[in-house]
Amino acid sequence: MPIARPTSLDDAVAVLADDPAADVLAGGTDAMVEISFDHRRPRHVLALRRIDELRQVTTTSLGVRIGAMVTYGQIERDHATLLPGLAMASRTVGSPQIRNAGTIGGNLGTASPAGDALPWLLAMDAEVELASVRGTRRLPVAAFVTGPKRTARADDELIVAVHVPAMEGPQHTAKLGPRNAMVISVACTAVVLDTAARQVRIGMGAVGPTPLRAPDAEAAAAEAIDWDALRADGTAIAAFGQACAAAASPIDDHRSTAEYRRHAVGVLASRSLTRCLAA
Amino acid sequence: MTDHDATPDLTGPDLSESYALSINGRDREVADAWLGESLLYVLRERLGLPGSKNACEQGECGSCSVMMDGLLVNSCCVLAADAVDADVRTVEGLAPDGTLTDVQQAFLDAGAVQCGFCIPGLIVSVHDLLDRAPQPDELEVREAISGNLCRCTGYGRILQAVQDVAAARTAADAQEDRP
Ligand SMILES: Cc1cc2nc3c(=O)[nH]c(=O)nc-3n(C[C@H](O)[C@H](O)[C@H](O)COP(=O)(O)OP(=O)(O)OC[C@H]3O[C@@H](n4cnc5c(N)ncnc54)[C@H](O)[C@@H]3O)c2cc1C
Ligand code: FES
Ligand code: FES
Repeated sequence: MPIARPTSLDDAVAVLADDPAADVLAGGTDAMVEISFDHRRPRHVLALRRIDELRQVTTTSLGVRIGAMVTYGQIERDHATLLPGLAMASRTVGSPQIRNAGTIGGNLGTASPAGDALPWLLAMDAEVELASVRGTRRLPVAAFVTGPKRTARADDELIVAVHVPAMEGPQHTAKLGPRNAMVISVACTAVVLDTAARQVRIGMGAVGPTPLRAPDAEAAAAEAIDWDALRADGTAIAAFGQACAAAASPIDDHRSTAEYRRHAVGVLASRSLTRCLAA
Repeated sequence: MTDHDATPDLTGPDLSESYALSINGRDREVADAWLGESLLYVLRERLGLPGSKNACEQGECGSCSVMMDGLLVNSCCVLAADAVDADVRTVEGLAPDGTLTDVQQAFLDAGAVQCGFCIPGLIVSVHDLLDRAPQPDELEVREAISGNLCRCTGYGRILQAVQDVAAARTAADAQEDRP
């Protein structure tokens, strides 16, 4: 059977157990480009589109479980209140066509350094849930994405969901590219303020081999913020941007220079923090 | 470990598939297709539906836009063999043969068509927009067509055509509501 179209997760992991080399297909927005340009020639496709349980967003007292097949379109249309930072990031992905097809699980599966969902997931300390016939396990996003387009997923494992903890406080994401739509990030940021724990968290995209946090910048900003008023002075906000830029490790490529990326991520970091505080 | 940078193994047999698709409300058989074929390829090369255009084959231009289960997608990014059991609507399915939809007519009237290559995709996107948001403001229109590239028009007359349809539909609704 060259293409398997299971309707349940159990059947899907059984297919992968039989053939760990099968090409997992979610929304196809990365996979089909690879196939059309002959960078990948599928022999056996495992299509996930019919597995309803992968399409659900569910809430528990601990947080939110986002099924791997949830699309950017679903997040921006239906879950913007529950997942404000992810909804903001989703709105910047590709075009309406791409957002209707592209999934959060696919962004994790591709694990591009510029994947726009990843900085927010990293800032939220999200955990990726993986399943195989051997069982399930959860890995923090930071451990799941091991390098550019490399992940800790075993060949027989499916990404089934990503878990984000419940968190009170403002969130903001920002993305820089040559235009407002249909661009791969030159740099992007996700800032979340955990007002209960009085913590600042940032995820930075496209400025390193994987999405990055900036622990020193986060700690200094948490000190500088007046948490009762949710205010910080301009110097502290500028210092946050500088410290984030210092924590980045960007490269030169056809989209940008390392120097510009470092500058840009600092500007975006300050801007995201400002928007969180003003909100 | 997934490692997408590894040199792909492009040898081995090309696997073929047979399946049925539902296109514009009709069941269509696809026989002996290569497993990796996109929905766009199958529509154009196997099913005789060349309205959806192929300009990039990488999701960038929107000229292959179709509706799949009620959602606007790029047919070049859909694996045809995975579109089984989906309701696919192409530009050909918008109006009976030989007639035009109000959106198509408005594009002509506004002079929004130059070479025409991008137009089928734009027509599908604009129908989708106006079904969801009957009176879109300019920003909504720009966002809705941000995945449809036009190299000729500069978009001005396209934006005009969309507003013309929205106005005409609103006027027609008002007429109907009159006692
Ligand atoms: C024109 C265009 C514009 C784009 N713009 C952006 C953008 O602005 N920002 C951005 O971040 N990305 C962008 N992308 C990339 C892509 O849309 C995203 O990475 C998207 O999230 C991929 O999801 P998908 O469901 O389409 O994945 P697919 O293409 O189906 O799969 C991607 C990879 O992940 C694997 N995979 C998918 N799901 C699973 C699973 N559940 N378990 C195990 N493995 C899995 C697949 O095998 C494949 O290797 C763009 C792509 C295109 C074509
Ligand atoms: S041909 Fe499909 S988006 Fe360009
Ligand atoms: S009319 Fe020529 S590309 Fe749009």
